[in-house]
Amino acid sequence: MNILVCISQVPDTTTKITVADNGNSINPQGVKFILNPYDEYTIEEGLQLREKLGGTVTAITVGNVSSQEILRTALAMGVDEAVHVLSDSKDAFSVANDIVDAAKALSIDLILFGRQSIDFDSFQMASTVAGLLEQPIVTMVSSLTISGTSVSTERDVEGGKEVVETSLPCVISVQKGINSPRYPKLPDIMKAKKRTIIERSSVNVASRVSTVSIELPSSKRAGIILGDSDADISELVRLLHEESKVI
Amino acid sequence: MSTILVVLESQGSNLRRASLEAITAAKSVSSSVIGVAFNLSEQTLSVAGEYGLAKVSNVTNAEVSSYSTVAYAKAITEVANSSNASTIIFSATAHGKELAPYVAVLFNAGYASDCIALDNASGQITAKRPIYAGKAVETITISTEKKVFSLRPNIFTATKAPTSLTVESKNVSISVGTTSTVKNTIRNEGKLDVLEADIIVSGGRGLKAPEHFHLVEELASAFGGAVGASRAVVDAGWRPHGEQVGQTGKTVSPNLYVACGISGAVQHLAGMSSSKVIVAINKDKDAPIFKVADYGLVGDVFDILPKLTAKLQSIK
Repeated sequence: MNILVCISQVPDTTTKITVADNGNSINPQGVKFILNPYDEYTIEEGLQLREKLGGTVTAITVGNVSSQEILRTALAMGVDEAVHVLSDSKDAFSVANDIVDAAKALSIDLILFGRQSIDFDSFQMASTVAGLLEQPIVTMVSSLTISGTSVSTERDVEGGKEVVETSLPCVISVQKGINSPRYPKLPDIMKAKKRTIIERSSVNVASRVSTVSIELPSSKRAGIILGDSDADISELVRLLHEESKVI
Repeated sequence: MSTILVVLESQGSNLRRASLEAITAAKSVSSSVIGVAFNLSEQTLSVAGEYGLAKVSNVTNAEVSSYSTVAYAKAITEVANSSNASTIIFSATAHGKELAPYVAVLFNAGYASDCIALDNASGQITAKRPIYAGKAVETITISTEKKVFSLRPNIFTATKAPTSLTVESKNVSISVGTTSTVKNTIRNEGKLDVLEADIIVSGGRGLKAPEHFHLVEELASAFGGAVGASRAVVDAGWRPHGEQVGQTGKTVSPNLYVACGISGAVQHLAGMSSSKVIVAINKDKDAPIFKVADYGLVGDVFDILPKLTAKLQSIK
């Protein structure tokens, strides 16, 4: 089985975000970029499936030159090959087309994603890729079992879980709880630095969505901070009941 | 005015409130709004009429007898095309977030997900959506003629606007190849899910040990809400992952969010900062959670939670 794990480089969650002068992007200076946290589960799941079922695991990312760093992390964790599609940051649709192009060239049976990337949180890449390939998709998967071409999953829905069955080839997005990602060992990190990363060019599909502006949210919160006396607790209940009217 | 198709979802025998919110939101940007649903009863759908929907296509094909992404996506696209809709609006629920991008591909549309505002002032719909863990908000436009949006639940207000509803039972012509099937749905029995709750009471490391979490459960029960948890206590094994609110957990926007003994790391704020009212209870007055709180109590959770629980019980 040939598995493609799709990963992305994102600003560290704790990074301070400032809006660039053009008003529709963020200042990259001083921003620490990391492997998208969900993608650690994606890579780990690919590796565990290979250990059980054989085959290959290829990691892919679409982005600028600096995003090769996360491919080295994936190589250090144990993926067989790493593919970099050099592309300016365009919208999700154009990135999805680059992934589909690579998946077709590599005869992929299973495409894995993280539940979402934590930069734009748009939760759409996996389904967009599945749509382009007209393959089944299961998102938010917390348990995945593959036997032959049968795929059995558990996914989160409101109020519980669904057991969803499908078959290969398909697209799956995974989330926390599915596995415990391994830490790459130092010798593997060193070896990964010397590995060749396969370059592919972008298919350059036109963007469908554009950012007009980015703003930092203004706090509209009341910000009434009280102490811990009985009177304070009564006042909180009054505020919730009479001012906010939420109870 | 171009027609908007709203995808309606049910929860048990009721329409999801998020679907009613989507109807109101659609009507705010277009005077021509219709709905699509799957195998719902006239009784269930009648509520859509109360919120101003005049027409719903109720798809009854065998292929969509239970949720299946590919079949649903093809059916929604078919209904949109046959009714000349130019825009499709989903709720950003578990199914909505999975379906919407798939439909966008089949419908040749650009897609804006998890939107918190729609605006049509310029004649073209723009949407606002949170990015970077809620640290920024982007305004986006879709350049394709056809457009798909999903709306974050409990952000838009559902407004009654009674109209006479026509439900059209529909058998659409779709060919579904390989698909997925929901074999079973496991409900969290006897426990309100944070994604379905109007009020959430969450506990964090300030509770000090898992055996103290009953204080959070009792407060949640007094509020009639669900129990949530921070990543720290889920990773420590005190609480199940299903309760985790935040970046690697669930994104919620209840009417009231009460954070108990939670410092308010940005990863946590990412999952709850769009809540309507936020209450923070923490002994550290400098904890970041107070910066996003409407109301705060500075003090010991072990002291405050039982008193607050008793106070709420006394006024019921």
